[in-house]
Amino acid sequence: MVAGSVPLLSVEDLSVEFRTRDGVVRALERVGFSIGRGETVGIVGESGSGKSVTAFTVLGLLPPAARVTSGRAVFGGLDLLTASPGQLLEYRGRELSMIFQSPRTALNPIRPVGRQIADVLERHANIPRAKRRDRVLELLARVQIPDPERRYHAYPFELSGGMCQRVMIALAVACSPALLIADEPTTGLDVTTQAGILDLLGDLSRTAGMATIMISHDLAVVAERCDRIVVMHAGHVVEQAPARALFARPRHPYTARLIASTPRAGAKLADLAPIPGAVPDLRGETTPCRYRTRCERAVSVCDEPPLPRDETAPGHVVACRRPL
Amino acid sequence: MSRLLDVRALTKRFPVRGSARWVHAVDDVSFTIERGESVGLVGESGCGKSTLVRLVTRLLEPTDGRIVFAGRDVGVIPPARFTHAPERRLIQMVFQDPADSLNPRFTAFDTIAEPLRRLGTPAPRAAVAGHVDELADLVGLPRELLGRFPHQLSGGQQQRVGIARAIALRPSLLVLDEPTSALDVSVQAMILHLLADLRERLGMSYLFVSHDLNVVRLLTDRVLVMYLGRIVESGRSEDVFDRPAHPYTRALMSAVPALETGTRRARIPLVGEPQSPIDPAPTVCRFHGRCPDGVERCTREMPVLRAGPAADHLAACHFGFAVGAPAQGSSTISPLASAVERPVARTAARRSGGQCAENSHGHPAGG
Repeated sequence: MVAGSVPLLSVEDLSVEFRTRDGVVRALERVGFSIGRGETVGIVGESGSGKSVTAFTVLGLLPPAARVTSGRAVFGGLDLLTASPGQLLEYRGRELSMIFQSPRTALNPIRPVGRQIADVLERHANIPRAKRRDRVLELLARVQIPDPERRYHAYPFELSGGMCQRVMIALAVACSPALLIADEPTTGLDVTTQAGILDLLGDLSRTAGMATIMISHDLAVVAERCDRIVVMHAGHVVEQAPARALFARPRHPYTARLIASTPRAGAKLADLAPIPGAVPDLRGETTPCRYRTRCERAVSVCDEPPLPRDETAPGHVVACRRPL
Repeated sequence: MSRLLDVRALTKRFPVRGSARWVHAVDDVSFTIERGESVGLVGESGCGKSTLVRLVTRLLEPTDGRIVFAGRDVGVIPPARFTHAPERRLIQMVFQDPADSLNPRFTAFDTIAEPLRRLGTPAPRAAVAGHVDELADLVGLPRELLGRFPHQLSGGQQQRVGIARAIALRPSLLVLDEPTSALDVSVQAMILHLLADLRERLGMSYLFVSHDLNVVRLLTDRVLVMYLGRIVESGRSEDVFDRPAHPYTRALMSAVPALETGTRRARIPLVGEPQSPIDPAPTVCRFHGRCPDGVERCTREMPVLRAGPAADHLAACHFGFAVGAPAQGSSTISPLASAVERPVARTAARRSGGQCAENSHGHPAGG
């Protein structure tokens, strides 16, 4: 993001709670990050770190048990968290779009994929009925689906996982959104297919100036494809930095651990260090630093609120009292 | 090391309903696993990995070929009867998704005790309980969790239960089908260390199936690369990973995302659509059509596995070891270097461009 310019999406101080039978779960606590036009930002963390909840909150797709207790998510001058359902409907699908983790379950199983894309155009784009089909074929070709004419009538079960994900992408970018949120877009796909899908997302964001939030548990995927990376742990943003800086010099102990636990080419098993402990229970009261119990650098000052947010270098923010 | 598993020319075809055609799921596959050895099996979904695993674990009837386990041909035993074969307890499996592969109505204790009760030597209740405790210790599962049901356990704990169940009968061969792909990296690291440790302690052989090449490399001595039902490359892990010879292997390696930003390898994209596994032409290389190096010869002559300069390194490509070998290598075909000395006869056959008369296992080619 260019300093001084207005970001495309700015999430500030976002806290979300879930009411459950076992008490209130503080799923997000004071989460903040922003994304500029055309930028690709990765959000990484273990399962349960709040990556998907963040995306769902921004899109207004939280279940009824969830409650936003604080914060703003400003997109194009509009706070998405206080927007009316009608306003959100106008934004979602047109300006803001999302692709989901398992394309096969996210697509309608009993409607041909071409028709599903046409539905989006009917709802959100001003394209006459007669032209819609051509536009769908164009979109299918753009996401590199071979033989779009034939695939227009295919049902999701007739397509491979990679093809279904391409259809999802076509659906999401049908109205040229300004921001695409991709939640684990390649989890469960083969590495060769994964590379193809990620290339496609990269091309789309470059050619259309589309900003992308890429949510992944795979550090290597975001390392390669993102300009900036936000690391989440147990509902906190623990570190955010430009991709290169984050991997060159991680400051938060959790980030360093996450990097050390990712298998890399040419590494030995002995180099692979697991992260001790587990994501803490987020029910009830939590400690100021939620990594405290897993951290080998923790000292008594770590128990004192509030959680710091120190900018150690331009754009490099770390939430730790004793950064590396 | 002595030989534990010897798979010879194994073939499995499934009929296509409503036609006389066949899906060639596994086609003329041969490989071996030594005692105590860990062998990786990689390839994209639909390449026949799972079918091969199900043949080896004797859940499927092979169409043709032999599966010799510990000196006995177990391929001839019908799957329904294999339950009673003495080899049944020696071949065990760890599944991909621990949440799906554990019985939701069984406690961790029951799950681990089940193979002991079904296939173990009859023992009093207390002995079984003692054995389960031992297994829990072995896989690092706290004993107080044994009374819990799968939904009360974390993903890593669930997979420890799955591993404890699989090693309960002290198998000689453990088949691991993507054992960590459903886990977080932090947990994956723990499970990988556990698996390496167990292999050393119990002297098991592993057949490790995964599409995560970085993980396969960590845990295997040798690796098999499968494409559309056939093994296209095999060899010691360091040879295959550092000097991949088959264009498919090279494309696969180049697609693995690298953690180091800015050091990305030039990616070899796979263009075109894969061939159909239904009655593929026997004379056409299976990879033709997606191969960046494909020439006319690849449509006339199915390449068979041939040896390269390193011991045990085989690739089924007419140009395998001739092309600039490293992963970053260009796709230009350079003349075969004289470094390839070892398999003299085969090298000569390839140089002259003639039909290679045998594959690596001495079977007639083109089967």
